[in-house]
Amino acid sequence: MKALVAVKRVVDYNVKVRVKADGSDVDIGNVKMSMNPFDEIAVEEAVRLKEAGKVNEIVAVSLGGKKSEETLRTALAMGADRAIHVETDAKLEPLHVAKLLKAVAAKESPDLFLLGKQAIDDDANQTAQMLAALLNAPQGTFACKLEMKDGEVWVTREIDGGEETLALKLPAVVSADLRLNEPRFVKLPNIMAAKKKPLEKLSPADLGVDVAANVKVLKVAEPKQRQAGVKVGSVAELVEKLKNEAKVI
Amino acid sequence: MSVLIIAEHNNQQLNPATLNAVTAAAKLGEVHLLVAGHQAAGVAEAAKQVPGVAKVLLADAPYYENGLAEEIAPLAVKLAGDYQHIAATATTFGKNLLPRIAALLDVPQISDLTEVVDNKTFIRPVYAGNAFETVQSDAAKLVLTFRATAFEAAPSSGGNAEVVAVEAADQQNLSRFVSQKLIQSDRPELARADIVVSGGRALGSAEQFNAVITPLADALGAAIGASRAAVDAEYAPNSAQVGQTGTVVAPKLYIAVGISGAIQHIAGMQDSKVIVAINKDPDAQIFNVSDYALVGDLFQIVPELISALKA
Repeated sequence: MKALVAVKRVVDYNVKVRVKADGSDVDIGNVKMSMNPFDEIAVEEAVRLKEAGKVNEIVAVSLGGKKSEETLRTALAMGADRAIHVETDAKLEPLHVAKLLKAVAAKESPDLFLLGKQAIDDDANQTAQMLAALLNAPQGTFACKLEMKDGEVWVTREIDGGEETLALKLPAVVSADLRLNEPRFVKLPNIMAAKKKPLEKLSPADLGVDVAANVKVLKVAEPKQRQAGVKVGSVAELVEKLKNEAKVI
Repeated sequence: MSVLIIAEHNNQQLNPATLNAVTAAAKLGEVHLLVAGHQAAGVAEAAKQVPGVAKVLLADAPYYENGLAEEIAPLAVKLAGDYQHIAATATTFGKNLLPRIAALLDVPQISDLTEVVDNKTFIRPVYAGNAFETVQSDAAKLVLTFRATAFEAAPSSGGNAEVVAVEAADQQNLSRFVSQKLIQSDRPELARADIVVSGGRALGSAEQFNAVITPLADALGAAIGASRAAVDAEYAPNSAQVGQTGTVVAPKLYIAVGISGAIQHIAGMQDSKVIVAINKDPDAQIFNVSDYALVGDLFQIVPELISALKA
């Protein structure tokens, strides 16, 4: 069985981004970039399935500027077998990404698609669901457990108020939630070995996908700043303030 | 043009989260509510009483029982011709279903929006709430999810909409519901509670989490939340996680106990009206957003606070 994993290069999750003074965008000129944390979990799951003998090939795909190649090398170092980089400087929307992934899938015919549940930059949480729709495949979103059973994939999903388990026909699209697994650290020899693994370059034009923007960003603003708070000296003072000043209890 | 809202329900009750979407959608046009379920006539009855809803579309089929996106999306697409916007609340139900509808319609989705500027212009948070984008789309149709905490809930009674039965779409049979495990609780629901008490890693163990956080929540009639660290350490269930990737809350009072205040946690609670932080580290990030800060040992402070509240 072949697994396709989609990975995105995003601002590192520890970075607190700032909005540019002209309000055109956030300033990510000189900040640390990493693989989207949910995508790391998706790669890890694919690698574990391979280690368990359920998957025999993992293809990692990333879409974006030249430097997305670094993110693909990380996926290769974690255990992906080969990589496909759809290189474009266009600002891709989730629907574009889903269409591009579908076009890649037409060449690769994977049985299982693994994605992160959302990217921590646009926080959209759309791509996996859109890809499943375009492929007319079932979707197991926000997965915290994945099992292969009798030709189906059983996905336990994190939902509001608890969990639910669905059985999906193959090919299926699964999006990883935080608790699906703990991604491994990449070891130096694996980073070296990853440099020799194949990395194919494609463009949106090669795949016949139009990536013209459908949604324009008019403005990016800082969130409303909260009023600076006060330190209280005792529990009694806190309760008094909550009762009489804030009037919330 | 009107707006189609996909109602969230369990075939017996309308999930109140849907009421927030009704308020948000009222700015866009006439609101119609789709109830897709199995033997869900009671939900349609509840839905028609929501003021602001002009029409309730009721689709009944056994394969709508569990809210599977694979089954409901084609139904929404079949009905979409009459609508300029298709929307839901950004709960796990809405987040799962709506992008599937958008892709089938080949139109963009705008997720988790916090403000409706006009029919094609919206504001939404990005980068864990560290920036707010104003976005605009000229697409003929748009799919939207609304952040519940950004919009008041519509009242649940007073309206009298027409209920119209609509034909189910063909069964897709791509996925199958196996089981569900919901956490039973008498407490207010986290996303809608007026008061939330959240615990973090500093609680140290599940026993201490229960021993410290539960009585405080009881004393305040509050819902219980948790940081990711506390959930990962299994002090609290996953569904209690507050943050960028968990539940977003905006209660009147949020009490953060032993939570350092990582960006991802702040993203889920910074719209709370009043934030109280109890932490022994005076430099903890949480104090940057708290209205009232109490520096000290939570194992002393919380029991004291409970007695003061009961006094």
